[in-house]
Amino acid sequence: MASPGSLAATVAELAEVPSADSAGDEVFFPSRQDYVGLAKALREAGFETCSDLCAVDYLTHLDRPLPAGVARERFEVVVNLLSHRAARRVRLRVMVPEHDPVCPTLFAVYPGTENMEREAYDLMGIRFAGHPDPSRILLPEDWEGHPLRRDYGVGRVPVQFKEAPGPR
Amino acid sequence: MSGEGRAADDGKRATVDPDDAWRTRLIERTAEGSQELAPVGGTSPVELVIERGGVLRVPEDAALDPDAADASFGAGETMILNVGPQHPSTHGVLRMMVELEGETILRSKPVIGYLHTGMEKTGEELTYVQGATNVTRMDYLSPLHNELVYSLAVEKLLGIEIPPRATWIRMLMCELNRISSHVMWAATNGMDLASTTMMIFGLRERDLVLQFFEKVTGLRMNHNFIRPGGVAADLPDGWEDDVAAVVDTVGARLADYDNLLTGQPIFRERTEGVGIVSAEQLLALSATGPILRAAGVPWDLRRSMPYLAYDEVDFDVIVGTVGDCFDRYAVRLNEVRESIRIVRQILEKMPSGDYRTQDKKVTPPPRARIDESMEALIHHFKLFTRGIEPPQGETYVAVESPRGELGCYLVSDGSNRPMRMHIRAPSFVNLQSVPASLQGGLVADMIAVLSSVDPVLGEVDR
Repeated sequence: MASPGSLAATVAELAEVPSADSAGDEVFFPSRQDYVGLAKALREAGFETCSDLCAVDYLTHLDRPLPAGVARERFEVVVNLLSHRAARRVRLRVMVPEHDPVCPTLFAVYPGTENMEREAYDLMGIRFAGHPDPSRILLPEDWEGHPLRRDYGVGRVPVQFKEAPGPR
Repeated sequence: MSGEGRAADDGKRATVDPDDAWRTRLIERTAEGSQELAPVGGTSPVELVIERGGVLRVPEDAALDPDAADASFGAGETMILNVGPQHPSTHGVLRMMVELEGETILRSKPVIGYLHTGMEKTGEELTYVQGATNVTRMDYLSPLHNELVYSLAVEKLLGIEIPPRATWIRMLMCELNRISSHVMWAATNGMDLASTTMMIFGLRERDLVLQFFEKVTGLRMNHNFIRPGGVAADLPDGWEDDVAAVVDTVGARLADYDNLLTGQPIFRERTEGVGIVSAEQLLALSATGPILRAAGVPWDLRRSMPYLAYDEVDFDVIVGTVGDCFDRYAVRLNEVRESIRIVRQILEKMPSGDYRTQDKKVTPPPRARIDESMEALIHHFKLFTRGIEPPQGETYVAVESPRGELGCYLVSDGSNRPMRMHIRAPSFVNLQSVPASLQGGLVADMIAVLSSVDPVLGEVDR
């Protein structure tokens, strides 16, 4: 399955991970358990930077095309890793179930994911186990709900203002 | 000093001081669990390493309780200082929390979100045609790069090629935008370091570029000029003379910047050796752009992973040596010179032809064709009622914006609206390196360091 020159041929840990080609990008679908170990292996293989981490809610598009052997779940955590030396990107898509929206943190491997994971928690409600500061980052501390979820309507929540000072 | 203070406090960790009762009250009040800043001594050395100076927790109203205010500090005690969000040197609405011991910064944390308007959510409600108007408002100092990365992502999903002239027009506009963004940064950086003349100089040069943008796109900012399929309009007659005048003037006036700042002892004292972060740390913190190049890493997406036609123009990637604030200044100033070089080459090499693709599923037909052709009318109608409908899939595209890697992760479910539109904002990620740069520095250098990162809060908060 792994063609010569592909990452799966060079990084042993990737050999068993389902993969796909998405418009020319290499995409891997590790399980939640293997995800951090895989990121560590990729970091040792030269992917020194995590350029992006975001969460996607597939509630309205659950029947998306996935390679065989990947459990279909509502949420995905999408991680984009970058290798400067090889000028190459690789993408990891981790399935996160709706009933247990928890994902291990990448912070120990890539400290640059701190803000990105906080943003994913804030807007999509995915908790990152082991994150040093699992708090909201963009929304107020007391905000209810996670607006980027597909079932969180637009304009459903009244705009929150602080109490206005009364007339003098 | 601080090390001794921490060791002495280690034993007290578990005990609850009755004077601290107001703190437990606050803890109960927050919805996100414990939000209180514990004394540094309460943090184990392992946790301090993990924090990397980043994590500080103070609830919004802790500073408002007058009974809790205690102006006397013993040895080894620290003070929390809050800067912003209205501070003029925070480049918008950034709030910095810094923990000080005397004048030395122990920990710091950027608090963001004051400008959050849910633009990624808005992007899911807009069609692919409308989307460019949304993303252009994120990074308001380089709107064209935002439009570019969004358009490239949509085009990659669609699998279409755009005509060479459109590519070169995009490149011209983006390089001019890089010039305007960098001179605007030089202006605010000068202002932060008390050089008000620099503020006027920078704005003056930026306005030259914005006037050209207005002539081409109709607007000075938020252009919606680069769209999926090409650009909105061809360049106006005589654009070559306008562009040549802009780059000649800006290029000549860069000498003023050198006179005013580069060799200026006060400016150098305030920036040299300030806010140094090692290249390894910056890579681990995902930092990109001028702050990474200032630390000596020659990483520029235009060179390393070329997009548009950057492999056909000749330019240098500017790198610094130590990665202090002065290097960051020097890198940006020389990038303006490189952008001018690129623009001059574009002036010579600009190809002729279409300025947008002729794929009728993406580009509306010309007005005159609608009267003659039923097919053109149908295409026009479909495009403006349904819009573009890319096939199912997901893609990540990144470009080099003036602040670093600007990425767009786009997920299509086959409908006319993106199912998920995520922008990887360089300012948002680069802000993470601020606590690392500030740690151990002086509070007076904080403004210089913040400014050197060049955060645009519209993009940080989106």
